[in-house]
Parts: sequence; C-alpha cells; structure tokens
Amino acid sequence: MNMEIYLQLTEFNQEYAAAVDAADWDRWLEMFTDDCTYRVQSRENFDRNLPMAALSLSSKGMLKDRIYGITETIFHDPYRQNHVISAPRITSISTGLIEAQANYAVFRTKNDGIAEVFNVGRYLDRIRQTPDGLRIESRTCVFDNDMILNSLIYPI
Amino acid sequence: MSQENLIPLLPVWDQPDTSRIPFWAYTSKDIHKQELEKLFYKGHWCYVGLEAEIPETGDFKRTVVGERSVIMVRDAQGGINVVENVCGHRGMQFCREKHGTVKSFVCPYHQWNYDLEGNLQGVPFRRGVKQDGAVKGGMPKDFNPKEHGLTQLQVARRGGVVFASFDADVEPFEDFIGPEMLAYFDRMFNGRKLKVLGYNNQRIPGNWKLMMENIKDPYHPGLLHTWFVTFGLWRADNRSELKMDRHHRHAAMISTKGEGGKNAQTTNISSFKESMQLNDPRFLDVEMEPWWNGPTAVMMTLFPSVILQQQVNSVSTRHIQPNGHGSFDFVWTHFGYEDDTPEMTERRLCQANLFGPAGFVSADDGEVIEFSQQGFEQKPFHRTLAELGGRDIEDTDHMVSETLIRGMYKYWRKVMGV
Ligand SMILES: [Fe+2]
Repeated sequence: MNMEIYLQLTEFNQEYAAAVDAADWDRWLEMFTDDCTYRVQSRENFDRNLPMAALSLSSKGMLKDRIYGITETIFHDPYRQNHVISAPRITSISTGLIEAQANYAVFRTKNDGIAEVFNVGRYLDRIRQTPDGLRIESRTCVFDNDMILNSLIYPI
Repeated sequence: MSQENLIPLLPVWDQPDTSRIPFWAYTSKDIHKQELEKLFYKGHWCYVGLEAEIPETGDFKRTVVGERSVIMVRDAQGGINVVENVCGHRGMQFCREKHGTVKSFVCPYHQWNYDLEGNLQGVPFRRGVKQDGAVKGGMPKDFNPKEHGLTQLQVARRGGVVFASFDADVEPFEDFIGPEMLAYFDRMFNGRKLKVLGYNNQRIPGNWKLMMENIKDPYHPGLLHTWFVTFGLWRADNRSELKMDRHHRHAAMISTKGEGGKNAQTTNISSFKESMQLNDPRFLDVEMEPWWNGPTAVMMTLFPSVILQQQVNSVSTRHIQPNGHGSFDFVWTHFGYEDDTPEMTERRLCQANLFGPAGFVSADDGEVIEFSQQGFEQKPFHRTLAELGGRDIEDTDHMVSETLIRGMYKYWRKVMGV
C-alpha cells in the first residue's frame, strides 16, 4: 500500500465531510474536476444496473446549478448534516488516478433537535491527482436506505 | 370554538360544499381504515407496475395495493398475475425479495408451495407419515388445496401498465378510467414497449390524499416551485387545461409551454429572473417527441393510487403507498421507450434531476405535504380552503383554479358516505 496516497485520501475525505457539513458549497465545488460526475444512487438501482439516480450531475456546471437550487430555489425544512466517513479502501492506483471506496453515514438534524440516520452507503470514487491536490473526477454515493426520508436536498 | 369541538369525534362534513375540506379527512385513523376498504380494496383499480419490470416467465415484483403486500408475476403463458403476499397456511408474508425470478412461490415456514397463479400445489406431510405400518398425522381427509391458494387479484393491462383489484366485481378498467382520461393514458402508453430506467423511493409524513391533491393543484407550481419559474419552464400564461373523468376522481393537468420572455404574468411572480441561465443547459435540453401531440406536460392522477407524469422528456409513474393516515411511501418508476436513442435516454435521465426526492422541483412538494399534515394534526377541527376559480366543479382552459381538488372530494364524499 502507498501510505502517502492513503493518508492524502483519508484527509481529503475528512475535508469533504467538513465542507458538506458546514454547507460550504464553494469548497465542495472546488473538490471536483471540471468534467466531473456526482451521483446519489440507491443501492436498488445500482445493484440492478438501472441508470436512474436520485441525483445525477455530470459536469461542474451541473454541480453549480445544484448549489443554486439548494441555496436559492428549493423550499425545504432547514437541516444540518453530519457525515461520518470511514477510512478509504483503495482498489487501484494508476497514473494520476486513484480508485477507491469509503463507507459513510449521514445524520440529519432538523431544528427540533432530533438527530436521525438519514443516508447510509458507500462512495465509489475516481480521484485525480492534480498539481492542486486531489480532485474528484467521479463520486457515486450508493445508499442502502432506498427509502429517502421525504427529501434529499444537500449533497451527500 | 368550544372545547368539545376541538377534536371531532364524528367525522361530519360541516362545510357547505367541497371547496372547504375538514382537517379530519387527513387526521382520522378511522377514516383512513375506511378509505383503504372503500377506495383501495373495493371498486377501484390500483397501480401495481409495468409489464417491462417482469419480462420473463417467473419474474416477479413485490409491491402493494393500499397497505396490502402483493406480488405481480409473469406466468408461463405470458400472462400477468397479482397475488396477495400472505400464505394460505399461517398467514406469513412469505415473499421478502422486492423482485426476482421464481418457478413457484414457497412459504419457508412450512414449505407450502404455490404456482405462479397462486394456486396451492404442495403441502408437506399432507398425507401424514408412515410409522410402524400406520399413517399418522397429516391433513384431514377433506382438506382441499383449492380453498387455500393465495388471494388472486383481478388484473388489468393496458399499454404495458398493470393495475390490480381485490374486488371481483370491479368495473372494466377502461370504464374505470373513463374516455376523457383514457385518451391521455393511451397517449403516454401507446403500445411501444417500455424500458425501465429505475426507481426513486421517498417516505412522506403526510396523508396520502395530499399527493393526489398536489397533482390536482395548478395553483402552486408557479409559486412554490421557484426553480420552474426561474428557468422559464412554468408560466401562468402557458396554454393549459384541467380535465376530469365524469366522476371527478381522476384528472389531468395539461399544459403547453409557450415562448420564454418577460410579461405581466411572469413579472407578477417574484421568483422570475429574466437573466438567470443554467450553467449546464442539459437539465432543460428538451426535444419534442411526436407522441406528445402538442402538450409539453400532462400530469394525470388516477385515483387513488397513481400519478402518471410527463414533464417534457421525463416520464414516470408515481405510486402512492399509504402507511397509516399520516404517512405514505411514494415510489417513482422512471422509464423510456424501446425506440429511444441513447441520446433520448440520457435526456430523460438528465431531466429526472427535476423530479423525485432530490428533484429541483419535486423536493418542494414532499416538504409542503409534511408541513400541511403538521398543521392538520394540531387543529383537527379546522378545514382547508380550495376556492380558487370558484366553488363549482368543471373542466377549465386555464390553471388558476382548484376545481380538481373540489371534484376529487365530491367523489370522495360520495364513496365514503360522509
Ligand atoms: Fe408541485
């Protein structure tokens, strides 16, 4: 195992968690390459090879549009996210590209103060090594709890 | 309001007509039980799925009619059967997988075995065991397997869509949906094979009727769905119609998107921003399809169980699955057609970002339903208002009316006897 990459990726995922938990969408956006894809897909669809996803964004422009939706247009109950991301499991390293997975659990807390398990799954990642550091080329969040608790607004 | 009226014990419709709907219609457990009986289990066809979900012999999908677990299965003759997921022996919900392929259904508890039509085929130790030359135990001599099959539902198929009913006397499906809605149904399901793209599931903590009403309410899209308006997909002056079947239970909201731009109707709405552009226009890369025959969006409610969605290139069924008076699961099946090009499939998938639990537009709907239910629960003696466009029930050629909601409750009152 390449310890340096392992540590870099571990730190990267923790930074990712910090960004989404802080609703720091500019920072979230910066963690992706320009030609990125970002998907939140139920395990049901993933396992059955069905292309449908709850969210399927296939360019940085789409990520920006999603942020605009989150911050400006979508009406929803305010809530906070708390991500717990496991250590990464690196499945391959080639020139400039890391393929890896990590388990995650996202807790949702609304203003009534009750925390609940909101989304549980794993990231399937392709991560680019760039001069500016690691960047997500592709992240699919495959979630086990197919039944979403009403609506999913923020990125996972 | 006197104290004894605060929680209505008897559901009495104390409003002059259905332009005002008592909150108890959404909060009463008894009413909910009656709805299951009178709307979901008797006299109505409920959506169960698409034929394309079970193409081969033995393919099955587990779903629900109302709150009863059922299995839709393809048999060896190409027929589709719907059977209840309750074993004839000890009543166990034996089918645990959501989908799969089987030769027969077996309840693991005592290995009772049913064919793909739900007929009981095998009962272990039916004839007892032979011990010391004597037969011991077993089912009584008069045990008749024919009496212990799975409950078989009536099945209707049209255009690749499957409906089922527990009611042996239910009217023919075509009569049930009526000629007005049938035209729109056939427009979307015109015989081309469907291609399932996948599912979205959300649990919405609100009464199931609120979802029917949401899709019978053309008042809200331009106001709640800021995204629609911001990017010019919804305009109050779009050509549009509201239509119902003769019972007013089913409805269609039909609209045709006009050319964009600023005018009095859009500038009335605070969220319209003429200069807003998407960073990636593919979300709204609409391609006209020949089968549309004009309308760019047709949203149909087939009472009580399903919504059929065409919003430009995004087509889906949305299955309402109640669980108690205050919650339902909303299951979206997105699909395309067999002759779709890969580009069209991509377009449908991309536009699906507007819909479902994370949708730019639909996420709003689930949220407002949750908070409506909260309002009803705290004030069950009160009522909602649906008077936009007057108090009458009639088809319209505009969107500024709540007539479809009034129509649905007129029908609801008749069937429920309240
Ligand atoms: Fe809506």
